[in-house]
Amino acid sequence: MSLTPVSPREDLFDVAVIGAGVVGCAVVRRFALAGAKAILIEKGADILCGASKANSAILHTGFDAPPSSLELALIRAGRQEYLEIHESRNLPLVRTGALVCAWNDDEAERLESIAETGRANGIDGLTLLSGAEARRTMPALSDRLAAALEVRDEHVIDPWSAPLAYLSEAVALGARFLRQAELLAGRFDDIWHLETSAGPVSARAVVNTAGLHGDTVDERLGFAPEFRIKPRKGQFVVLDKAAARHVPRIVLPVPTEITKGIVVCPTAFGNVLIGPTAEEQEDRNRAAVDARTLQALLARGSEIVPALAGMPVTAVYAGLRPATESKAYRIFVRREKRAITLGGIRSTGLSSALGLARHALELHATFAAPLAPPQTAPPVPVPNLAETRERDWQRPDHGEIVCHCELVTRREIEAALESPVPPGDFGGLRRRTRAGMGRCQGFYCHARLAEMTKGRLATPLAVDAEDRNR
Amino acid sequence: MSGTDADVIIIGGGPSGVAAGLELRRRGVEKIVLLEREAQLGGATRHCSHSPFGMREFGRVYFGASYGRRLEEEAQKHGVDVRTGHSVVGLGMDGSVEVATHRGVEAMTARRIMVTTGAREQPRAARLLPGDRPIGILTTGTLQAYVAFHGLMPFRRPLIVGSELVSLSAVLTCLTHGARPVAVVETRPHALARAPLSWFPGLVGIPFRKGVEILDILGSSRVEAVTLRCDARSETLACDGVLLTGVFTPESALFLQSPLGVDAGSAGPAVDQDGRLANPLYFAGGNVLRAVETGGWAFREGRAVGAAIAQDLESGSPAADHVSVSYEDPVKLVVPALVRRRDIRSAALRQFQLRFLRKARGTLSLTIDGRTVWHGRGRWLPERRILVPIPDSAQDARHIGFRFAEEP
Ligand SMILES: Cc1cc2nc3c(=O)[nH]c(=O)nc-3n(C[C@H](O)[C@H](O)[C@H](O)COP(=O)(O)OP(=O)(O)OC[C@H]3O[C@@H](n4cnc5c(N)ncnc54)[C@H](O)[C@@H]3O)c2cc1C
Ligand SMILES: Cc1cc2nc3c(=O)[nH]c(=O)nc-3n(C[C@H](O)[C@H](O)[C@H](O)COP(=O)(O)OP(=O)(O)OC[C@H]3O[C@@H](n4cnc5c(N)ncnc54)[C@H](O)[C@@H]3O)c2cc1C
Repeated sequence: MSLTPVSPREDLFDVAVIGAGVVGCAVVRRFALAGAKAILIEKGADILCGASKANSAILHTGFDAPPSSLELALIRAGRQEYLEIHESRNLPLVRTGALVCAWNDDEAERLESIAETGRANGIDGLTLLSGAEARRTMPALSDRLAAALEVRDEHVIDPWSAPLAYLSEAVALGARFLRQAELLAGRFDDIWHLETSAGPVSARAVVNTAGLHGDTVDERLGFAPEFRIKPRKGQFVVLDKAAARHVPRIVLPVPTEITKGIVVCPTAFGNVLIGPTAEEQEDRNRAAVDARTLQALLARGSEIVPALAGMPVTAVYAGLRPATESKAYRIFVRREKRAITLGGIRSTGLSSALGLARHALELHATFAAPLAPPQTAPPVPVPNLAETRERDWQRPDHGEIVCHCELVTRREIEAALESPVPPGDFGGLRRRTRAGMGRCQGFYCHARLAEMTKGRLATPLAVDAEDRNR
Repeated sequence: MSGTDADVIIIGGGPSGVAAGLELRRRGVEKIVLLEREAQLGGATRHCSHSPFGMREFGRVYFGASYGRRLEEEAQKHGVDVRTGHSVVGLGMDGSVEVATHRGVEAMTARRIMVTTGAREQPRAARLLPGDRPIGILTTGTLQAYVAFHGLMPFRRPLIVGSELVSLSAVLTCLTHGARPVAVVETRPHALARAPLSWFPGLVGIPFRKGVEILDILGSSRVEAVTLRCDARSETLACDGVLLTGVFTPESALFLQSPLGVDAGSAGPAVDQDGRLANPLYFAGGNVLRAVETGGWAFREGRAVGAAIAQDLESGSPAADHVSVSYEDPVKLVVPALVRRRDIRSAALRQFQLRFLRKARGTLSLTIDGRTVWHGRGRWLPERRILVPIPDSAQDARHIGFRFAEEP
């Protein structure tokens, strides 16, 4: 299958969504469900090329969101919809719950007010625990723990399969996904004429979900800048699966004014994360890791959970939050131009994406003619990658196991390559299958994957034979 | 064999696993099942295309996959039940293993389990290297598999990191497959391989720098450059890949994920002089015990542990108590890390194997119950094999330890 779908040039779309992060994927699904003829435009070779590539994968409740904010409402709506649809899409929900951990009396005193905010935000399942009580729910926590606030409904999900499921559903409903198509400029003369690096696209309305480039895309659409992205980097360390038995719950710090602090958190795939940091930077494209910070994260992790000391590191990564000069989501509607900007979705977008998508559709209804009747189609399940549910290797006839560390089968890799939204780069293959994401990071399977993905990826794993002797 | 699927299940069909199987059969143990997750036997030898294997064990040399085929023939001939495409995903504590095959998941049991899962190189993440995470950063084993199994190359102008023997073999693999390394760099102040081998990059005109720090890896989709600090200067080298060589670690996932655990020093299972774990149903041999030895060593070690398992099954006596061997920095690891109250002279491992974490000068001594029974003085280099005979008196010891008196 080629990376660019059939030319969408002659078509007029009801809506063009710009940017295939988790928010764009959710938005295009919501519009497709509402009957819109929709297109998702992404500059990268695959979905999730920006902020959505690297996060903590927590489905937040909103217990610590600013009271009565739009962010809170959208987190709650997004989370609610996720809970409703995840089963039929084969998406995991790991009911870990979280402990907001206080390590001294000062912090312990602040737990009560955090709990109050949470209750005011309408969140159930908040319980103040003594250090000993909290450790009964997670014995590996350091005995220095003073007290904790249990947040029962903070859960862990698969941050890559969820947006893939949203987009796959949209595509099944007829939406288009155009990749390697950077939005360069836009002109509105009652319809939008969008110029992309993959050719022109016409649409009645646009939704800017360009995340880390939200401000730039607004400018390219001809709008005066309303906000400025100030990327905030978060580095992580991923520990070996052997660590998971010590970390059954999300361990959150008591946030201070200066930093939100370091989280220790299980993943849906059976690893443990330590991170993220919060580092302001100018560059929107580079999310580099550095050894000193990674070492500091490892040290902090083993202060919180001493059994993590010496645990092998499986992966390291960094993500950039699309932060702005304000804490709030930066949502703008230009009715006369039929344009919506969902910007500055800084640190809760995975949780709120489905809510943001509903919100965008509501905003759209304030300026657009009614869409065609809503569509119904059977939900599109995605392959499960979480350890909490049955994986392909546990079922017969999968061909063989290609990636031994993550137990990825040939059938899974072939299915991903042949799927309606196939991976466009190696990262995309890893996120869809987990191949090469385990403790050996491809020592055993990388060469095999190079062979299996020949001709399929924008940047091939193997270099061309002709070029070799240059 | 009362109610189990096998007398012995061997996990991993590299040289050590196959050698153990052959020895067990030679000593008349009936049912030996060898589980290998790949489609062929041979383990890491399958992709080592320019090393000869097999001289000591088979009296002739083999290269690459042909050695694995010889192992396969031997195993068949001696009645080892070889099952390829069988990936062990869990170890019980009671002689059971969980196996994934193309049919799904199965449980199997045996009277003894021997783990011979080998070793691999540490990937980029575990080394905490800084920078971007583009494609093109890989290890020698991966490069060898690209070349040997698929005729592919992952880069044309890699930077090679490391100066172990395997690093020099990586240079050779590059040069013979149309790639030209931009440089070989070593983060330590000295090469790990001995001269004259360490002169090799220079001889073929590739810059070799020691005492280098990797400051940054750049590249959005594929590696584009690496920034290094060398002699207090920093410099950015354009390249299209980073080849991480050496820094081996045991493939000990099965232990790590089970209560059997791993030894902090070797990162493999802690075993006694017979290759036996504290849980007496489990044995291990070959590179999973410690990274990294040659194929020939792994074969001999596997055979010796196989013999010990056969003896154990025959004797039927319960496993004796054990003591742990203590050691301290700069000793990185000691294998065996346990000694059981059992005859040393008939043991599988007759010597302690040690490795140093760093270069050090001084006296290394072995003390048993407070008495120094062995010592050696000199300059000790990291990752070099050090062998100390296990004295007979170790079998009754209460305290066994290695000490190091460092000299400036
Ligand atoms: C370290 C970290 C931890 C986090 N943890 C959590 C968590 O636990 N829970 C949670 O809910 N949220 C979390 N988040 C937040 C969440 O990841 C973000 O809110 C979310 O990913 C934002 O998604 P987005 O779609 O708005 O932006 P992005 O993911 O940045 O998507 C924008 C897309 O637009 C594309 N694009 C940009 N410019 C153009 C153009 N000109 N033309 C075409 N395409 C373009 C980009 O390539 C990109 O794919 C975390 C974030 C970080 C960084
Ligand atoms: C990159 C590299 C270069 C080398 N170069 C040389 C050299 O030049 N000369 C030399 O003498 N030696 C070399 N060696 C070392 C030599 O290959 C090893 O010493 C030898 O192969 C070790 O044998 P082994 O049986 O201990 O393990 P391995 O050969 O590693 O075999 C382990 C086997 O276990 C299997 N396995 C692992 N986990 C499981 C599981 N869960 N279930 C089922 N099966 C499993 C693996 O698939 C593999 O086949 C090199 C090794 C590497 C990695």
